[in-house]
Amino acid sequence: MSTLGRVVRAGAGRHRVQTVVIAMVVLIAVTSAVLGGSLLLASREPFDRAFGQQRGAHLTAQFDPTKATVAELTASAGAAGVSAAAGPFPTTQISAQEGNHRLPPMTVVGRSGPDGPVDQAKLTEGRWATAPGELVLAEDGRFQGPPIKLGTVWTLPEEPGSPTVTVVGIARSVSRTAEAWVTPAQVTAWTAGDGPTGYQMLYRLTTADTAAQVEAARAAVAAKVPAGALTGAVSWLVTRQDAVGQIVLLVPFLIAFGVLGVVMAVLIIGNVIAGAVSTGTRRIGILKALGFTPSQVVRAYLGQALIPAAAGAALGVVAGNLLTFPVLAETNRLYGTSDNGVAPWVDALVAGGALALVALTAWVAAARAGRLRSVDAIAVGRTPRPGRGQWASRLTGRIRLPRPMTLGLAHPFARPLRSAGIVAAIAFGVAAVTFAVGLGTSLGLVQEAEDLADVQIGALPPAMGGKPAAGSQPEAGNQAVAGPPRLTDPVAIVAAITAQAGTAGYVGQARTEVTVAGITGALTTVALTGTDGAHYYRMVSGTWLTGPGEIVVSTPFLTAAGKQVGDTVVLTDHGAGVTVRIVGEAFNTDDKGMQILTDIATLRAAEPDLLPETYFVTVRPGTDAEAYASALRTALQPYGAWAQPVDQETGELVIIIDALTALLSVMLVVVAGLGVLNVVVLETRERVHDLGVHKALGMTPRQTTAMVISSVVVTGLIGGAVGAAVGVVLQRTVLGAMGSSVGFTMPASIVDVYQPAELLLFGLGGLVIAVGGALLPAGWAAGTRTVTALRTE
Amino acid sequence: MTEPLIELRDVTRRYDDGPPALRELSLSVQPGEAVAILGPSGSGKSTLLNLIAGLDRPSTGTVTVDGVEVNRLGEAASARYRRARIGLVFQFFNLLDDLTVADNVMLPAQLAGMARGAAQRRATELLTALGVDRHASAYPGRLSGGERQRVAVARALMNRPALLLADEPTGALDTAAGEDVQRLLTELHADGQTIVLVTHDLALAERCATRTVQLRDGRVAADTMAPVR
Repeated sequence: MSTLGRVVRAGAGRHRVQTVVIAMVVLIAVTSAVLGGSLLLASREPFDRAFGQQRGAHLTAQFDPTKATVAELTASAGAAGVSAAAGPFPTTQISAQEGNHRLPPMTVVGRSGPDGPVDQAKLTEGRWATAPGELVLAEDGRFQGPPIKLGTVWTLPEEPGSPTVTVVGIARSVSRTAEAWVTPAQVTAWTAGDGPTGYQMLYRLTTADTAAQVEAARAAVAAKVPAGALTGAVSWLVTRQDAVGQIVLLVPFLIAFGVLGVVMAVLIIGNVIAGAVSTGTRRIGILKALGFTPSQVVRAYLGQALIPAAAGAALGVVAGNLLTFPVLAETNRLYGTSDNGVAPWVDALVAGGALALVALTAWVAAARAGRLRSVDAIAVGRTPRPGRGQWASRLTGRIRLPRPMTLGLAHPFARPLRSAGIVAAIAFGVAAVTFAVGLGTSLGLVQEAEDLADVQIGALPPAMGGKPAAGSQPEAGNQAVAGPPRLTDPVAIVAAITAQAGTAGYVGQARTEVTVAGITGALTTVALTGTDGAHYYRMVSGTWLTGPGEIVVSTPFLTAAGKQVGDTVVLTDHGAGVTVRIVGEAFNTDDKGMQILTDIATLRAAEPDLLPETYFVTVRPGTDAEAYASALRTALQPYGAWAQPVDQETGELVIIIDALTALLSVMLVVVAGLGVLNVVVLETRERVHDLGVHKALGMTPRQTTAMVISSVVVTGLIGGAVGAAVGVVLQRTVLGAMGSSVGFTMPASIVDVYQPAELLLFGLGGLVIAVGGALLPAGWAAGTRTVTALRTE
Repeated sequence: MTEPLIELRDVTRRYDDGPPALRELSLSVQPGEAVAILGPSGSGKSTLLNLIAGLDRPSTGTVTVDGVEVNRLGEAASARYRRARIGLVFQFFNLLDDLTVADNVMLPAQLAGMARGAAQRRATELLTALGVDRHASAYPGRLSGGERQRVAVARALMNRPALLLADEPTGALDTAAGEDVQRLLTELHADGQTIVLVTHDLALAERCATRTVQLRDGRVAADTMAPVR
């Protein structure tokens, strides 16, 4: 081995703590960068990528089987503007029951496989249905019920003989063409007497960028089949708007997490490597005195840093891939994408980038040390020169605390620059954790807004009382073509709700469309009735509805209409003008924030037959929502209404975000702790002779530990306080920016997530990090033999 | 005859594979004695001092000081033993540069839990007695070698130790300062302080010690009572 090699090996072996710190820091940094980078990639135009990956259907059309033959539908693939088509697939509607639990009705499509020229459904679990009695459930979040496991058996009480069906697979269709799939033969079997209730055709178009282009294609398809055969069609633009609307706020959140991971990686590597190399400055002086050239010194220290860094990077890539896998599974579920694992180039870029960063930082620090005169380099790293921080010693000496503690408290002031480094490391860790926790909490609140009700009540579909007329049922995912069934007797339903024990409050929702002067197109208006509408919306400003003639809207509406809270606007509903006042701004991302909320009485004159389609009930604390819904279901049955508990389980996304937050927090804390460890090891080594003197004068190991731990208390407290404050500012700034990037103002209830006690804990977290990082060197100092310490220069 | 203050019995100290620094050495020191340990480099003088101070432990044999079997003490107990019974004076003073002279002197007492006020009074008393009280607020870096060693002696005496151990106390001083420290040690001995000092300096031994112990290759080569002055 060359002299240089021996020096590198000896340096890495002699400074085991630093070698381990470098390896661990690079490991953690690479892990977080792989995770963060993958998250960034996964969040890049997710719907369009998913749509491309699955060859999504630009046009999903529903046909009346009594008016068009299979051959005619097949021929519709030749319509102008159509580049590929799949189908016809027979469709029907089923109402399943799992044990005693009735499930909401669902549209089922008969398809022999997930593949094809259009809408390649992605199986996420199990397999495709290959025989009668088997069903594949669509995983697109629309199924309202408890999570379904493979092998679940449903009974179909509405079908002749009450057959059963087993869930054999779960698949994802970004085009949302069905709620479930079975074999075509199964649809035929279920509809033996009447034939399928509909046929579905899926088309890809040569150009489908605008609604007009899709509409032209729809017209061309309609012309290819007998008149009246096309009963409904859904444009992919509608599906995209719906999908993007749902994740519009989640994307920036996830991007923020990704950026955090990558930025953390860059900063910690720079910080720790620079610290590690600068601790070797004295050794560099000795090497130079022995005849090493500056370039040899640089190469020696590059090697010393790169060996553990390479090991850390390799392990980090493995750990990053292992951690990314479940996160990608969740983003796939959320976005409908099919991203498989970490892209190899991400692994290569992150590992290579980390090593390059290590090399660059080590090179800069070593080159700087290499340029020092040997005598100066050797002098570096001794006990601080007298005069530095003596005022602090004098001051702390007067504090009524045990002397070892007051001695330690003064240490940071002897080397203010190094102490600033510790403060920065701790502040960075605390800020990042504060920021990550705040962001995660806010995201949880955004998600939670979707699930504030305990029980949902809707109308029983016609299928529950008998087969609907062919082609008349609502098409999968297309509420615009045929609206949901209406509740016919709202007075009786409200009476049943209020009579039911355990009811805390309810709200009824009716949907209609109005136009507003200055805004192009119709706007969805949710007309509310009931006792606690305010419960379901987070207010940004103004007040909630207090009566008719008032509306509550979101930021995008205000921006588009050029209005503000307090202004008056005229809604045109069925040709009648209704003057309303904007009394509040709510955080409501539905319909891209263009939804109008009002009291149902506001539209009474313009739309006398407007009735609630859905009721949401909040139950009293301690009431079992399942039992409540079951009891209410019986009471509602005579009125053609259906009650079911709203899935209150924490969303998987929230779980994954919480896990991500926890993971990033742990990594940041560990890294900050390693930063402290690195500096305190250096500090303790430099003070080892003084340590020997203290011990010779009677300082016990416990007192020594107390002194070393106390030496990081001040820096820990300052770092914690600064970090918590920066974290809060960062969370507010980023959250605000994220909201405005998608046109929303975040309500205070989502932004102000920190409680004073939490902030105190975050601040004290700096102390915990500092003490955690100092424990190892403190133990080392306590265990150092006095004679050895006294002999050390 | 009174109980010896220091009693070493068959003490051997071996480091790794090398020859023992001390070989089955036995030695007793009575209270009030001033013993100079002499000998060439490598004879085991500093090792002997370290064993008595509880800074090191013998490989075999026992070291008893003031009734305490030092060789059986753990790190914490030996620290408490040192601050209660031993005053240490080093060749290079070993004053802490970031503490004032007064703070240096008070340190052993404060480590023992003495309140700052009481420690301050005792430190002032010692600094005054040793003639360096005017430097109480100064930092050691500003003092001459002799003054620093006086401060070191004051610090060593802070807890009224039964035994003062001095390792080459004049080794880093010029002649005048060395003589100054010699006088100081003589005065302390005259006041009844038991002193064990390790030195190469025969003049120091002759002037300060009532007994000289010559070490060679880790053994006592000569143990001589000095003539009564």
